[in-house]
This record gives sequence, C-alpha cells and structure tokens, in this order.
Amino acid sequence: METTDASVVAREGVREPVDVPLTREDRATLFRYLAMMRTSEERALTLYKQGKVPGSFYDGRGQEAISVGASFVLKPEDRMCILHRDLGAHLVRGVTPDRYLANYMGRAGGVTGGKDGNMHFGDRNLGCVGMVSMLPDMAPVATGMALAFKMRSQARVALTFFGEGSTANGQWHEAMNFAGIHRLPIVFILENNRFAYSTPNELEFVVDPVERAHTYGFPGVNVDGNDVEAVFEASREAAELARSGGGPTLIECQTMRMHGHGAHDDMSYVPKELREEWERRDPVDRYAERLVADCGFSSDEVQAIRDEVREYVDECAKQALASPMPEPELGTLGVYADEFEPLGDGNAPWSRWSHNGTGNGAAPGEGTAA
Amino acid sequence: MTAPEAAAGGLATAADGEAPSGNREMTYLEAISDGLRTEMRRDESVFCLGEDIGAFGGAFKVTDGFVEEFGAERCLDAPLAENAIIGAAVGAAAEGMRPVCEMQFADFISCGFDQLVNVAAKLHYRQGVAVPMVVRLPSGGGFSGGPFHSQNPEAWFLQAPGLKVVAPATASDAKGLLVSAIRDPNPVCYLEHKGLYRHVKDQVPEGEHAVPIGEARIARPGEEMTVIAYGSSVHLALRAAEELDEDIEVLDLRTLAPLDREGILASARKTGKVLVAHEATRTCGVGAEVAALITEESFEDLDAPVRRLTAPDVPIPFSPPLEQAVLPQLDDMKEACGELLAY
Repeated sequence: METTDASVVAREGVREPVDVPLTREDRATLFRYLAMMRTSEERALTLYKQGKVPGSFYDGRGQEAISVGASFVLKPEDRMCILHRDLGAHLVRGVTPDRYLANYMGRAGGVTGGKDGNMHFGDRNLGCVGMVSMLPDMAPVATGMALAFKMRSQARVALTFFGEGSTANGQWHEAMNFAGIHRLPIVFILENNRFAYSTPNELEFVVDPVERAHTYGFPGVNVDGNDVEAVFEASREAAELARSGGGPTLIECQTMRMHGHGAHDDMSYVPKELREEWERRDPVDRYAERLVADCGFSSDEVQAIRDEVREYVDECAKQALASPMPEPELGTLGVYADEFEPLGDGNAPWSRWSHNGTGNGAAPGEGTAA
Repeated sequence: MTAPEAAAGGLATAADGEAPSGNREMTYLEAISDGLRTEMRRDESVFCLGEDIGAFGGAFKVTDGFVEEFGAERCLDAPLAENAIIGAAVGAAAEGMRPVCEMQFADFISCGFDQLVNVAAKLHYRQGVAVPMVVRLPSGGGFSGGPFHSQNPEAWFLQAPGLKVVAPATASDAKGLLVSAIRDPNPVCYLEHKGLYRHVKDQVPEGEHAVPIGEARIARPGEEMTVIAYGSSVHLALRAAEELDEDIEVLDLRTLAPLDREGILASARKTGKVLVAHEATRTCGVGAEVAALITEESFEDLDAPVRRLTAPDVPIPFSPPLEQAVLPQLDDMKEACGELLAY
C-alpha cells in the first residue's frame, strides 16, 4: 500500500470544504493561531539549541492546521486531551506562549511548574487533561469524560488527538469500541503524519485506520490535515453530531511531520521528494495565500498578523526566560489531592460562541501574557 | 482459612465489643455491597464500571440488585477491556464523577495497569488534576484459583506514588474503607480478599460509616510481641494468638499506602518483637517495607529481628496441596510467633 505520498490528500473521498461558517474575523483568528503555533515552536527550538531546554524537544511543524482547526469548534465547557504535536489547541483554549516556553525550560512559570516537561502539559483551568508519553492513553481518558457528559445528559463534547502510530495499540481499539458501544459525545482526531517516529505507514497497518471507524459503529472522515478550514469543518460537524447525541466521529487528517520525531532525529529515513512535496503544502503559508486569494484579505493585513504574532511571542519568550526555576521543595509536593476541584472552562474564540456571550474568546496577543 | 477461623478472627476485634444500635451483622461481601449502595444513594456521581457487574451482579455478586435500584447506566457492564475501564474512569473522575471500577479478579489489573500507574496515579502531581476513583480488586488465594485468579498484587501499587491502597480485614472496615475510598479525591486501590467474602462476618454500622484511610487498628492488644498484618492474615494472626494463648498484639494495617507509620512504630516500641505477615509474595512486599521502617526508626526498641511470614516468591499454584504449601497457614503463623516469642 502506498500511503506515504502527498497525493493521498487529493484522492477520492477527501473532501473540500464548502460554505464554512467562519467570519472574516474568525479567519484572521485562525491564521493568528497558526502563526502563533509556528512562531512559538520556532522560538522553543531556538531555546533548545541554546541549551535552555533540559531533556528533549518535540514540535508539530507542518501539523498546525489540525490542532488549531479542530479545537476552534469547541465551546468553553467542552474538554480536550491534547497531544504533543498540538500546541495550537492549547493556544486556542488560552494557554499563552510564555507558559508553554517556560514549561519547556522547566521553569516555575510553566504550565506544570516544572513537574513535567516539553508538551506533557494540560491546563486544568482551561478544561484540558494533559497527556502522558504512553500512546494513545488519552483516548480512553477522553472517552471517560464523554461518558460523564452522557451520564449527566449534558450537551458537551470531548475531543482528543493521536497519531496514526497510536492506532496500532490495543488501547486505541478499547477506546473506539467503548465510545461506539455507548455512542459517546467524542471527536477523535487522528493525525496521519506518515511516520510513527521512523516507522512508515506501510509498516504500521494494512487498512487505513479511518476505515476502522465504521466497524466501531460510527463515521470515519478523511480530510486534508494541512487545510485548517477543512479540519475545522469536519470537526464542527463531528462536534455537532456528538452534541446532539449522535455519537463519536473519527477524523483522519492527512499531513506530514516536517521535523523529526524530536530535535535529536535527523529524519534520514524520509525521502527528500516526500519532504519537498509536503513543504509546498505548508499549512501556514497555504492559509495565508487563501486569505488573500479567496477571502478578501490584503497581503499587508496577513503580514501584519504575522508581525503582531512575532512581537507577541518575543514578549512571551522574555517573560518565560524571566521566570525562575522551581523551588526544589516542590519536587516532593502534590502527590495526593487534598480535595476535588473541577476542571475549568477553556477559551472558545469561534464567533459562534464568543458573539452570543457563551464564549470567552479573547483574541490571542491582546492584553498581557499571564 | 476455614470459615470458623475467619469468623472468629473477625469478631474478636477489640473495637467491636457490644454492638451499638444501628449495627447489623454482615458478611464482608455484604458490607462491601452496603458501602457501595450507601454511597450511590448519597451521591449521584458515584457509579460502578466493570465486567459482568450489571444484570449478572458481578462474578462475586457484590453488585447484585444494583441495576434494579440504580439503573444499568450507574452499574455499567463494560466490554472486556481493562484499560478502557480504568482510563474511562480517569476521564469521568476528572470531570467530577466518582467511578468505582471492578476488576473481576485483582490479577486482571495487569491489563489496565498502564492507565492506573501512568495516568491516574500521576495526574495530580503533574497537572493538579484530582482523580477521585476506586479500583476494587478481588484478591487472594486458597480456593484453587491458580496463578491468574489468586494473586495479591498490592505491592505493585506501592511503587506508583499517587495511588492510595487499602486492604480491609473485617466487614466493618470493608464498608468503612470503601466509603472513604469513594469520598477520597485520589485513585484508591481497594483490595478485597476473596477468602473473606463469605467467611468473615461482624457488626457493621448501617448508613453512614467511614473508616479513615491511613489509620491502622489494634485488632488485639498484647505486650509480648506484635503481628503486623492486613487482609486475610489478620485473621490468621488472631487465631494463632488465641490458640497459643500468648500476649500477642495484632495490628491490622488496613491501609498500605500511605502507611500508618506512627501506629506501626508505637506497637513495635511497645512489644519489641515484630512479625509482619501477609499472603502476598515476599520480596519487596509490604512486609519488607514495614520491617525497614521499624529497623530505621526504632532499632533500639527491638528485642529481636523483625521477621516476615509471607508466601515465597513463586506464582500461586493450582492443586490444593501445592497451594497450601505456598500460602501461609495457621501452623506457619503459630510457629513464626512461637519462634519470635522464644527469641
């Protein structure tokens, strides 16, 4: 089976979005988050190369459209389990880049305060349960959040991400099966970035994982993961289905991991042509071009957003670098909870929620980085 | 252990005495059901999740009648998928539900271990996310269950900081510790010894009854030596003390994580001789930890080395003579106590 070619995104069955319910401001916001993820990760990689990041470094370069597009559909009271190539989802929900950068550097101002590193974080106050390294452990966890919503008859949605590598693990089957049996309000976002570390698709599975969705009794949808509006639209439909009691959806986003598994990985196993092909499909540049070509933005407007984001991330990096290292005493604290505290709600910047008063959609870069 | 032994042990606790009004005699199994029912009536967020717990009422009938009272959704039959059971419980708990998972046998937690030790146990430390869930673990041997239906896996959990671990010996504690486990904001492993289910019977307070996690109980006061035990071994120790007619103290740990350090050290200092007894295997077991604690903290109070009575480091065999040779028996307990008393 040939699945490592970019042409898969153009094959039969891959949908083109039409009549996407996004305002002009929504589109500017989506682009702002794409740029913010790209810029923040570039900044983090620089900090890593400067020796300011202990341990290892992972990013989601080339996959920005997936986490931004999928998380953009959520309401404040919805919940997510966000994975390590999905910084955009954290940003959409309200994690500011300074807290992300500080987390990478093991600083007190990081989301975990130094307890955990790199992308192993989730802001409980923004409705996220943070990931662990074992994959896809968050699929059963998100399934459990959806179970809670269903038991309480709440019209809420759980959404989680995972790579195609995760679909080889038994826990993925356990989560899909459980969610299917109970028709739980959950959206599964599968990021097929062509490689599980170095292992290509053809050594991961015989049947495309999205086709398995039907065997669990719910729809599987294949989208261009480098098209933020395509991801948004598929996620919107899936979230609406879930919210109305229609059960789960599996969305496979075709994409390409443009950096190594981690910064230590030189990607020597990736054919040059494949990389070049996907470079031309860069999700940030593509959306910038579309805003100008199809959505009435001027090049200056788009460039202004990029500039504004760069300035903002620079400011965030300064704040992160100014954040102290954690007090060593913290290392032995917090093993047990003294009492239960509910998760907080995340930001919901999509105009559908923010304009009717249910969202908390402060635009990124506005105000100070907390 | 035979039924009369277990029952005698269960009733011979110092704390029992005259039953106050509102108590009812229950088996250990009935007390678990009663604790679960009480909490499910009190708090709508409490629900059960496990294999065959619904219409069938569970492999051991702990949830018998629950579907009729609480509905199938709150006593949810799960597919045969332990990681989904534990993982879904983590998610539901983070969202404010109070799931009580049933592993059909404690042994099967190995299939859900990843979610338990990597997700549930570490979430509060890493992210500040409280995970109020209980994992019920029918454990222990003595009935030819063989290597996969007889294990005592408690020590596995003690190496996973963030988990609490309880192991009641009496019906009263079975209810009270389950209630506390459900109300605790942390993941709690609740070890229920299958040999005690129908053999241990004692007075259990009806309605509200919570036994605090982290407090050991003096099951029998004594001056000459202490047997520190939990679960089924408490009854073995009580029976041995009666039959030997010696001044032996029996300390029932009740909670294995966090250990009642003060309770352990107070008894060790009082008697100066300690035997730690459990049905689980020996190496790096609870006994090793308790012995190390006593040696580190009250070495000078000891009149003898801390001794252990445990299963040897072997799987639990199937055939009755083999199983009896492996699991600590009453005679083994009496012999171990005798040796320590004579030291």
